[in-house]
Amino acid sequence: MFRIKVSDRETTTELRSFLTNVASLGAGLCAIGLVFVVCGVNPFFAISKIFLGSFGSMYGFKETVTKAIPLIIIGGGLTLAFRARFWNIGAEGQLLMGAIASTWVGLAWGPHLPSAVIIPLMFLAGFIGGGLWGLIPAILKVRFSINEVISTLMLNYICAELVTLLIVGPWKGKTRFGFPGTDNLVDTATLGVIPGSRIHYLTLLLALVAVGILWVVVFKTRFGYEVRVIGENPDAGRYAGINFFKTSLIVMAISGGMAGLAGVGEVAGIHHHLTYPAAISSGYGFTAIIVAWLAKLNPVYAIVSGFFFAGILVGGDAIQISLGLPAATVQIVNGILLVCLIMGDFFFKNKITIKWGR
Amino acid sequence: MQDVVISVVERTMIAGTPLLLGTVGEVICERSGILNLGVEGVMSVGAVVAFIVTYTTGNPWLGLMAAIGAGMLVSVIHAFASVTLQANQVVSGLALTMIGLGLSGMLGKPYVGKPLEVKMDDFAIPYLSDIPVVGPIFFDQTPFFYMAIILALGAWFFLERTSLGIKVRSTGENPRATETQGVNVNLIRYMSVIIGGGFSAMAGAHLSTSYSKSWIEGMTAGRGWIVIALTIFSLWNPGRAIFGAFLFGGIFVLQYLLQPLGISPNFLAMLPYLATLLILLGMSLSGNKKLNAPEKLGEPYKRGER
Repeated sequence: MFRIKVSDRETTTELRSFLTNVASLGAGLCAIGLVFVVCGVNPFFAISKIFLGSFGSMYGFKETVTKAIPLIIIGGGLTLAFRARFWNIGAEGQLLMGAIASTWVGLAWGPHLPSAVIIPLMFLAGFIGGGLWGLIPAILKVRFSINEVISTLMLNYICAELVTLLIVGPWKGKTRFGFPGTDNLVDTATLGVIPGSRIHYLTLLLALVAVGILWVVVFKTRFGYEVRVIGENPDAGRYAGINFFKTSLIVMAISGGMAGLAGVGEVAGIHHHLTYPAAISSGYGFTAIIVAWLAKLNPVYAIVSGFFFAGILVGGDAIQISLGLPAATVQIVNGILLVCLIMGDFFFKNKITIKWGR
Repeated sequence: MQDVVISVVERTMIAGTPLLLGTVGEVICERSGILNLGVEGVMSVGAVVAFIVTYTTGNPWLGLMAAIGAGMLVSVIHAFASVTLQANQVVSGLALTMIGLGLSGMLGKPYVGKPLEVKMDDFAIPYLSDIPVVGPIFFDQTPFFYMAIILALGAWFFLERTSLGIKVRSTGENPRATETQGVNVNLIRYMSVIIGGGFSAMAGAHLSTSYSKSWIEGMTAGRGWIVIALTIFSLWNPGRAIFGAFLFGGIFVLQYLLQPLGISPNFLAMLPYLATLLILLGMSLSGNKKLNAPEKLGEPYKRGER
């Protein structure tokens, strides 16, 4: 017989953390393979197809970069919220709010202002839109003790209906011949792309700069220190006199604002008009949760994990076409990987020894 | 006029039924100290499994059984992660929702748009259904409605009046002290999560084999999340959940009532979600926000730690 003993690990290293993540993802891929087997699909073929579809061709790689942009920027913002133990599940709604705000600015002033003015204005509007939408659950939580998971989710549904309401109602474009959607933004109010791709490089650059700044904020400023204290030990934070109300509000303004920036990118860089919510965001707000988790809540690591999950989104599209699998496949893949990551944390934090004998 | 009122109240009961089933399950689960945010996903799995089994066998009761089994099975993921591995329950629950929504989309793809030829038939209770007004509303309903009411009352009795129910509650309040009384805290939590999953799956089965008789992806439409809010609204009491669930059922029906008035359907679709926020806000303003919440809800329990 054997006995299993679980004890706390006293020391941990960055390397062990990295290896645990790699092992978790490996285990996750095995579990996903199993699901494919059950569904009657050759797992090696399907999984290799996912990665060949996203990283194996020039076209796939460009698409991966395109989809990595919102994931990096939202995932980066979520690392800050999650560090403060604020479970922001509402990035999807905050993204849409950013899209609404920037479309409004773009349509109203786009024709009258030069590109160098209107583009920054649209990004600013998107940040404010997403940030304000993010402030609602923060106020509801700190002032009224309303669970933020519920409030952020409800606000997602509300915002999605709001977008649909706008595009079929007051904002329906004259050039759409009765179909839903706003008119296109003027060319000067859209973002340039790298030729032959859909990569709106300005948003990509903004994403990289934003997570870099956020890294500095989290690890090098007093505010970041307070956020980390709240997250690791709320009681200690209270004793140290940290202002929970102020900190939560700032955290959610930043986290929501960054999701809003992603919304600007999708509208001004990809679609050039406001369209159905499911088209503006293919679940980026939810996938970004896993991005933040895989990044171990470090904003800079969100760049790597953002690319990884963008690859899975693009590869998921590829196997849908070649193997006839439904769109929901990507969600299972994401869910299983997330479960494996949190399970991996257990083996990272605890030492498991198996003793043979009595 | 009377017919309209009867029809509206009757539809309110039907719309509230899945919410009640889900809420009762979540109450049991949260009472043991485990927050399960996977309801939306498990509900969806329940809906698709009930549909597929009913479609192939022609027997909605078999569909219901299969759905409950499937719901319990997928809930083991959350139980394992949050009880055995002491993982973060928010993240683990979200992962369960993703897996559930994904799995149901994958399993259900061949069945999208196919109508169900048999459905869970309404069952008129003899004599009682003949009572004017009250009869057609409460006693000539889908079996899911009766089951939901009976299970809610049963769950109340179980939690408040039986020794196992007291063990479930004390596990959520103070797992350490409960363990010293010789109760297997982890076993209680596993059971509560799995039973809660069965309830959510029943709610899903109602949606696909009685409420709408078809399967479409995303048909749970956030009901799983409203259930989480209703659990708070019901102050973790299955009896109060009956009230909450049918209140919300009424809001779902209100959407259809107001549509002819020319109000934007998209605005009406926001109503259940807006109402959720407003009701939670109202509860907070009236001061009973933390009342009755299980003390250790959402906190992992580490056995043998001092």
